[in-house]
Amino acid sequence: MTATGPLPGYNFAYLNEQTKRMIRRALLKAVAIPGYQVPFASREMPMPYGWGTGGMQVTASILMPDDTLKVIDQGADDTTNAVSIRNFFAKTAAVETTTATAQASVIQTRHRIPEEPLREDQILVYQVPIPEPLRFLEPRETETRKMHALSEYGLMHVKLYEDIARYGHIATTYAYPVEVDGRYVMDPSPTPKFDNPKMDDCAALQLFGAGREKRIYAIPPYTKVISLDFDDYPFEVQTWEEACGLCGARDSYLDEVILDDRGGRLFCCSDTDFCEKRRAMGYRGAMSGEPQEAAE
Amino acid sequence: MSALAAETVEMTPILAARGVGHAYGDFLACRDVSFDLYPGEVLGIVGESGSGKTTLLKCLSGHLEPTEGEVGFAVRDGEMRLLGEMGEPERRALARTDWAFVHQNPRDGLRMSVSAGANIGERLMANGHRHYGNIREAALEWLAKVEIDAERIDDLPRTFSGGMQQRLQIARNLVTGPRLVFMDEPTGGLDVSVQARLLDLLRGLVQRLGLSAIVVTHDLAVARLLSTRLMVMQGGRVIEAGLTDQVLEDPQAPYSQLLVSSVLQV
Repeated sequence: MTATGPLPGYNFAYLNEQTKRMIRRALLKAVAIPGYQVPFASREMPMPYGWGTGGMQVTASILMPDDTLKVIDQGADDTTNAVSIRNFFAKTAAVETTTATAQASVIQTRHRIPEEPLREDQILVYQVPIPEPLRFLEPRETETRKMHALSEYGLMHVKLYEDIARYGHIATTYAYPVEVDGRYVMDPSPTPKFDNPKMDDCAALQLFGAGREKRIYAIPPYTKVISLDFDDYPFEVQTWEEACGLCGARDSYLDEVILDDRGGRLFCCSDTDFCEKRRAMGYRGAMSGEPQEAAE
Repeated sequence: MSALAAETVEMTPILAARGVGHAYGDFLACRDVSFDLYPGEVLGIVGESGSGKTTLLKCLSGHLEPTEGEVGFAVRDGEMRLLGEMGEPERRALARTDWAFVHQNPRDGLRMSVSAGANIGERLMANGHRHYGNIREAALEWLAKVEIDAERIDDLPRTFSGGMQQRLQIARNLVTGPRLVFMDEPTGGLDVSVQARLLDLLRGLVQRLGLSAIVVTHDLAVARLLSTRLMVMQGGRVIEAGLTDQVLEDPQAPYSQLLVSSVLQV
């Protein structure tokens, strides 16, 4: 333990050891059956459901005193949710925290995968609101479980069919269903589909926790993850005409920021760490307010 | 020679029931039902409400496990398999390929939250079709077959009239070319002129596709138009069975006589 130490009266990383063991057992099962939703006895956390209680429980169960934690919310390290969760673990586990992707050993995320490729010694923890990809087409949980058990996934394509029929292309842009390891169809939490290809053959372990729904699932390192599509409408990720206004990146996921009420807007990297790092390296975008010396 | 060969093929039933019965607790809803259904044959089951028709249909279609007796179905390679001995995966696979089930209320048989095209395409996608263009083409083709305007393909079923919903349900069920269709009061709840058109359509489809079907109805007119054979049920038992014309022209059992004589003549 460091000199500051975790909060007195609390166990390391808030949850008691029995709870962590229970969650770890669920995690082991989830890793053993990639994409399968393992039920677990989700606990009350000092935070409302929907704010990442599932991800927090997973993080709390895998956190070690010498871990370095990074928390992102839509790619950003500095938004309320990310700051609060980071502070929570800094207080209750006294672990080191960071905003640099490369330095983190555990990254808890709400809906983005960092732009920087992850390594084998890193774990990515997702906060998941609704783990069941079939939920909106088949509300009966008994039925969806049976469909998973029998690999009856035709219904997932009904959703994609509807998209094409209505919009002329697959308009699902987030929570885009994937098939994991050739078996289970999984909801990759509401990450933009831009990040789906990063899940495939990823070096890092990916863990998914849904607190309210009491489900845990996982993608082990180097697992095949395929985004569902049609033969004549293949899977595609979003693209932007603009480059990042701050760092000039053309290959990252961009947020649109409204600047004024006269149509002024800024497109910038949603991954703040990625963007800052590029700026530190001298890259400049059109709206950085500085001369563009090292633009691509 | 060819006639004989055809005859031997005809002689293998597609569905066979032996002593089928089902009890809800102590109450026997239907009992001791035995029959063979041959390919291309349409069997009508008539009887008053509560006579066990729907329970029997559920037992035959694998929705309900019969408490007594057994049901056999001839799978595609011709082998007769007992439903009770099939695993659930196999039964569900049959239900989306070889079988079709047309519910009385189209809302039970349709997916109301997705478009008509997706409703028709669902069975195709469930059977592994992954080409949007082909699925859409099949949907358009089937909309035409059930006389729904091709322009309505992207509309939700709830914007359809009752008769159209029922026709959509039929299209959705027949798109995978099933060999056996179960129908539970397919024209119930529709007004008479729509009923007539639907019956006409069903009769055409059944004949053209050479379907075997089991039709549960309390409407003798439906039975007469659609079915080749008829079973009359009362109190859970089959009280009379035979060719449709024979049963309706010359009913033997007192209840059948009552049933036939109580049809309103206009």
